[in-house]
Amino acid sequence: MSKPIFEISQLHAWFGEVHVLKGISLSVAPREVTALIGPSGCGKSTFIRCLNRLHEVIPGARVAGEIRLDGGPIYGPGIDPAVIRRRVGMVFQKPNPFPTMSVYDNVAAGLRLNGMRKRNVLDERVERALKQAALWDEVKDALHKSGMSLSGGQQQRLCIARALAVDPEVLLLDEPTSALDPIATGRIEELLRELRESYTIVIVTHNMQQAARISDKTGFFLLGELVEFDITSKMFTNPKDSRTEDYITGRFG
Amino acid sequence: MNTTIPLHRRLTNIVMLSLTGLFTLLTLGILFFILGYITYHGITALDRDFFTKLPKPVGEAGGGMANAILGTIKLLALASLIGIPIGFFGGVYLSEYGKETTIGFLVRFAADLLNGFPSIVMGIFAYILIVLPMKHFSTLAGGFALGIMMIPIALRSTEEFLTLVPASIREAALALGLPEWKMVTFVVIPTAFRGIMTGVMLNIARVAGETAPLLFTAFSNRFWSKGLLEPTASLPVMIYTYAIAPYEDWHRQAWAAGMVLLMLVLVANLIARLVLHRRFFQPGAS
Amino acid sequence: MLIVALSVLLITAIIALELYLHSHLSIEKFGWAFLSRSTWDPVMEEFGALPFLYGTLVTSAIALLIAIPVGLGVAIFLSELAPRRLSDPITFLVELLAAIPSVIYGLIGIFVLVPWMRNVLEPILGTTLGFLPIFQGAPYGVGMLTAGIVLAIMVVPFIVSVSREILLAVPRSQREAILSLGATRWEMVWIAVLPYARSGILGSIFLALARALGETMAVTMVIGNRPEVRASLFEPGYTMASVIANEFTEATSDLYLSALIEIGLVLFAVTIVVNALARLFIYSLSTKRGAVRT
Repeated sequence: MSKPIFEISQLHAWFGEVHVLKGISLSVAPREVTALIGPSGCGKSTFIRCLNRLHEVIPGARVAGEIRLDGGPIYGPGIDPAVIRRRVGMVFQKPNPFPTMSVYDNVAAGLRLNGMRKRNVLDERVERALKQAALWDEVKDALHKSGMSLSGGQQQRLCIARALAVDPEVLLLDEPTSALDPIATGRIEELLRELRESYTIVIVTHNMQQAARISDKTGFFLLGELVEFDITSKMFTNPKDSRTEDYITGRFG
Repeated sequence: MNTTIPLHRRLTNIVMLSLTGLFTLLTLGILFFILGYITYHGITALDRDFFTKLPKPVGEAGGGMANAILGTIKLLALASLIGIPIGFFGGVYLSEYGKETTIGFLVRFAADLLNGFPSIVMGIFAYILIVLPMKHFSTLAGGFALGIMMIPIALRSTEEFLTLVPASIREAALALGLPEWKMVTFVVIPTAFRGIMTGVMLNIARVAGETAPLLFTAFSNRFWSKGLLEPTASLPVMIYTYAIAPYEDWHRQAWAAGMVLLMLVLVANLIARLVLHRRFFQPGAS
Repeated sequence: MLIVALSVLLITAIIALELYLHSHLSIEKFGWAFLSRSTWDPVMEEFGALPFLYGTLVTSAIALLIAIPVGLGVAIFLSELAPRRLSDPITFLVELLAAIPSVIYGLIGIFVLVPWMRNVLEPILGTTLGFLPIFQGAPYGVGMLTAGIVLAIMVVPFIVSVSREILLAVPRSQREAILSLGATRWEMVWIAVLPYARSGILGSIFLALARALGETMAVTMVIGNRPEVRASLFEPGYTMASVIANEFTEATSDLYLSALIEIGLVLFAVTIVVNALARLFIYSLSTKRGAVRT
């Protein structure tokens, strides 16, 4: 068993007074797809937003507990959240390319942030990221066109390319296909299966079948707690907790 | 594994964000300076004479601005008589009958245009329409110029406050069997009354400070102005005239008048803010 | 009620018409050259509007040069940095600046700003940057730079007010997208928020410009009122609105009056165009990406 890339222990999170995460502990193994499922509002999105320190941006939001990325803590005095966010990429539910930038500039945005200026280096990295996101062939002749000129599914792959361009250690995805049609969804699921070879992926999904299709491990969240966390095939065929079984068999949620 | 962003990026971050705070302090500082300076010089200059006496002959110290105060009151009353009804009924039309129509769009567009005309142009307009035919300056001309300026603001603010009345209230009235005009008159308008009144107050406060349109309409007057057909003194024009003149005592009186005007405007704005929780008026735009 | 609403349209049209009609004496005599001649001689009945166009443009340009960075800075502070319960009252205070009557700005301008310009700022600029033609010459105190500064203070609230609303309307997902790539707060503003809001911000700038162009009293009281085109900003100047304010009641001949009214017409036309552009920019943003109130 290789060393986990993320070790989360006793993570609590609040929005003001509301206690949304209650003592979550789990490990994310490298080069695997870890899916997080559960009914709406149970804290899955909040959880991954703690992993890249995006949760604290909301006024009144708080965390407690410990999260380690590759052995080192990500919370603590002197640790700049921006550094963590560069190492842990994120793709959001609704595709959000920068509308005033071209396809090229969107992908290059993170690179330019980190000081990359040389045109040929940028060109190479942009191409690599777009290929990784399975978008290169569709946009290679229209890199200068606005990011908004693409279809929904393409925009989401653009966002994936943008996140991958900076070479993150982990890629977080927050319900990345819930705003897309089935065909676009399928393409992205296929893409994630490929990406697993190079990246660690944590995906939040409200679609259980999606979790079953693409993930190695799955965690089931309910009302802010992590009810069960296991190898996907085991969880779906033989869940240990009755609540998990109820959710999976569709009795609620 | 480093845990901090490169220095130049952190520095830029701190410097730029601090600059924004600095600019905010600067802007607020200027506001408080203006308020404080005028209050200080105005209060020391205000006396009973200011409110009760007429201006003294040129060069003599003393006297007051009683005629200017009355003049401003007359001008504002006339302006309100002209601008508020037109703006109000126009606003009612826009909100109740002109929501998505072409006419509605055109009227709103015209109101925005009208609002954007420089105030001195309004003065020229009133001059052409009233002063030229009458061959002399008058309160009427000044009130007319100010009145036209009040229309677009009254229109937009009435429309806005009426639009804010929830559909549920309108539906309840209709469900009781009220005809539409009664619903509007007896239910919708009274509900929006507070907002509309606040809008009127702010409108008046705004035109109270307008000087340019009065320069060649109401002009000025060292004595009482009788009725509406004579030129009249007004607070803002007196401030201007006295400020650019070489007499110390006139400067003193200009501060006093400036303070009175400023207080009027401030109080109106503060009341508006207290009465309404949100700011409904953006500067310039309607 | 419909009639009342329509009367608004009517009034707007009539104003335009009357301005045009009463400028016709001057239009006939001088034609388009009116806009390029710089002689303003009421005695010889030679009128040219160039000095006033120049003065209006220069003072407005100075105003914008100062007000845009300051206004945007304040808007960014109020939308990105200040918590809501601080941001709202501060916004109210900044908007109070717009409620202060122009003549009062003029009052402060004459008795506070002009002496300060004459004794402090203009000498400093003269010694440090005096090699530039715009900062040469004697420090009068009154002049185009002073007028530009007063205008800047007067139009800052317009930029702040509109830009702040526009910035607040930028969707959270945009900010999160750039943050998740490892951006600092300022980089988030500069790379993701400002570009997204750029047409609305441009609209606020046009609004400010429209206000600056038509501003009369404060400018008249500090600009020196001399109808000449000069390079130095320390020199007195004259704007379109100012000359109308100062000379309208002194116009002794029909041609004189007509020339002044024609200047009013030009001012009127320019202001309409700038205002229309402002609405276009602000409106285009609100239809594309979510409601922004103006």
